[in-house]
Amino acid sequence: MDTVIEISGLVKRFGATTALDGLDLTVRRGEVHGFLGPNGAGKSTTIRVLLGLLRADGGTTRLLGDDPWRNAAELHRRLAYVPGDVNLWPNLTGGETIDLLGALRGSLDDTRRAELLERFELDPTKKGRSYSKGNRQKVALVAALASDVELLLLDEPTSGLDPLMEAVFQQCIDEFRGEGRSVLLSSHILAEVERLCDRVSIIRAGRTVESGTLSELRHLTRTSVSAELATPPAGLDRLDGVHDLVVEGNRAVFEVETERLGDALDALGRFHIRSLTSQPPTLEALFLRHYGDQLTAEAQEPRGRRQPQESQEPVR
Amino acid sequence: MTGSATRLLLRFNLRRDRLMLLWWVLGAVLLYWSQAVSVEGLYPTQAEFDRAAASMADNVAFIAMAGPARALNTVGGQVAWQASAFGAVVAGLLSMLLVGRHTRAEEESGRDELVRAGAVGRRAPVAAAGLTVLVANVLLGGLIAASLVGYGLAVAGSVSLGLAAALAGLVFGSVALVAAQLTDGTRAMYGITGAVIGASYVLRAVGDVANGALSALSWASPIGWGQAMHAFSGERWWPAFISVAAVIVLLAVALRLFDRRDIGSGLMAARPGPSRAGARLRGSLGLAWRQQRASVAGWAAGLFLTGLAYGAIGDDVKDLLGDSQFAQDVFVQGGGTIVDSFYAVAVVMLALMASGFAVSSAMRPRGEEDAGRLEGLLATGLTRRQWAATYLAVTVAGTVAVVVAAGLGLGLGYQLVTGDGSAVGRLLGATLPYVAPVLLLAALTWLAYGLSPRWAGFGWVALTFCVVVSFFGELLQLPYWVVDLSPFSHLALMPAEPLGWGPLLALLAVAAALGVAGTGALERRDVR
Repeated sequence: MDTVIEISGLVKRFGATTALDGLDLTVRRGEVHGFLGPNGAGKSTTIRVLLGLLRADGGTTRLLGDDPWRNAAELHRRLAYVPGDVNLWPNLTGGETIDLLGALRGSLDDTRRAELLERFELDPTKKGRSYSKGNRQKVALVAALASDVELLLLDEPTSGLDPLMEAVFQQCIDEFRGEGRSVLLSSHILAEVERLCDRVSIIRAGRTVESGTLSELRHLTRTSVSAELATPPAGLDRLDGVHDLVVEGNRAVFEVETERLGDALDALGRFHIRSLTSQPPTLEALFLRHYGDQLTAEAQEPRGRRQPQESQEPVR
Repeated sequence: MTGSATRLLLRFNLRRDRLMLLWWVLGAVLLYWSQAVSVEGLYPTQAEFDRAAASMADNVAFIAMAGPARALNTVGGQVAWQASAFGAVVAGLLSMLLVGRHTRAEEESGRDELVRAGAVGRRAPVAAAGLTVLVANVLLGGLIAASLVGYGLAVAGSVSLGLAAALAGLVFGSVALVAAQLTDGTRAMYGITGAVIGASYVLRAVGDVANGALSALSWASPIGWGQAMHAFSGERWWPAFISVAAVIVLLAVALRLFDRRDIGSGLMAARPGPSRAGARLRGSLGLAWRQQRASVAGWAAGLFLTGLAYGAIGDDVKDLLGDSQFAQDVFVQGGGTIVDSFYAVAVVMLALMASGFAVSSAMRPRGEEDAGRLEGLLATGLTRRQWAATYLAVTVAGTVAVVVAAGLGLGLGYQLVTGDGSAVGRLLGATLPYVAPVLLLAALTWLAYGLSPRWAGFGWVALTFCVVVSFFGELLQLPYWVVDLSPFSHLALMPAEPLGWGPLLALLAVAAALGVAGTGALERRDVR
């Protein structure tokens, strides 16, 4: 199997805090890989280790088949990076910044640069200090997408983009993948991940808790079912894997663990189904499944005593 | 409602500014107070004082630098002469920075929106910024006056000097407030205000030196208004009203402009820049140079002018210094004539000033890392070593340029006054070797940064130490090993002594070693 990123057991500590605690991540060539986790879970730290900016304290990290700490600069010619917080030089224009980054990377396609500026509706003559957050991100995106690289590392690249630009971004990523190239996309925007990503890794507190295709992951959670039947159903509550059952006359609404979906439909069949809607779990449901307990725990704990999640990553 | 919000913001501003205010006000007070102390010690007899005063009053370069010569044979007159122009500039810069911090910088960062979205009147942040400047200047002027009265100078003159400084600060602060409405960036605002301060200094210089109609130019300068109050030489108070009137007019203009513009924008539209990078910007060296070229030019110009001022003293050194034992102790350390010894000390002073550039330039990389721009650069094909090398190259080249500018100024100033054609070569030759200790300080800063960005500020500590050793080493009777820690203690006192190559090469070697060690440390650590 051809992989562009291969991380296993990655550990990174900042003083007393452990930011990454045995993280695993595999990104295959030609896929868009979603990297999910709440603030402070260690997404940015992982990407910064991949870029050779941080030195790992344990585990192995292979980027494009090489060691990212030792051969950082050579590897960087083959990838482009868009940080979540784009900081530009205040006295350089956006156009100058794009050219500078391209020259340092060693590749910049002028035609593509012009085309991307148009698609993202970015004015390259404005000074870095006068761009809004979204426009700063566009500068970094144009610089990254106009370069001839085989891998994109994107750290929440669209948090400042409006929905129109978000659509342009998604088209660009589709085209990029269409050429057989790979993307690691860290994101909060679950709809974006659902739309773009072939596979997803969910991390929590510096550890990978789930990894696979969306349909693989969906098997691990519940499908919601709403059925209208000929006769009032009975005995559904005794089925394994059925939760939150509500029966009102001939109607039944419930959630069922996806691997038990067949059994549930068999049971419904005995009451003659008139209409049926079943909704596959959203990514949001997947995500909350891993963090739901944390949300409840946080709601219960007094605010002052809780360790803020953000503290796991160094303040920049 | 608005009033209480303004008060709250004012308290918040002052809390944010307290350290900055402390250092600036202390610096300004020291500027005035130290003149009194140094003049008092220099001339043991009134006869000597009279002779020195006459010599100063004849020197056009001095008058252009400081102001009209009045009552120079009194301590008060000397303080007023030597400190008032620079004091006004200091108060102006402080006020400009305060206005910038609390208006444009807040808008640029978007924090201002947060504040204004609260139950706060539209004008409250501007009013709070203005009041912050008022408080700062009242403090500054009041403490200057108090320190001079405390020293034992006449109350009227002391108050006049403090008032002049505070009023100059308020005028320039009001100029800054107007500029803040015109531009849409903090830097452009500093540019406009800085230009007004610079023009005020030059206008009064021309006016003070000129005899005829041109002498009216002093009245076109806020600094000139302060000096027209004649502190310690028959005070008159009415010129203060010119400053007050200027403040009122400027504030009214600033408020009108403020009410007309949208938040985040300026009345002058931002000019578009180039859409493509020039060939020179397409690399790390181009970037490092682009970021520092203005700073190199500014420091070089400043040190050229300072050198020119020292050089313009010419051979009058003996008259100015008098026959006091103190002057002999300070200046005749290395043998040779008193003129050569004076220039040997002047060269060290210029070199220490040039170190200010060198240390700040060596700290630029930390600025890049703190601002989060370094990660984007290092995520390209650029290695840490290449990146480091380009910044070091700019620091070294900039340091050489700044030191050469200082030496040229010194030589040219001397030549202009004495007509001695060989002076440029001789004094430039005496200044140039000081590139070595200056670079050593830069390399030390770089090493500290390489180990951890948090430690880069150590460069300023090292520079302060060198200043103390160079000027107060004898006075404090520091042990030799402490004096030897300063790289400035190892060069021969040129032009009084001939250059020794050994120490020069040794200093350069240490600087190079520190530079290499710093780069090595940077390659091994995490980048923030």
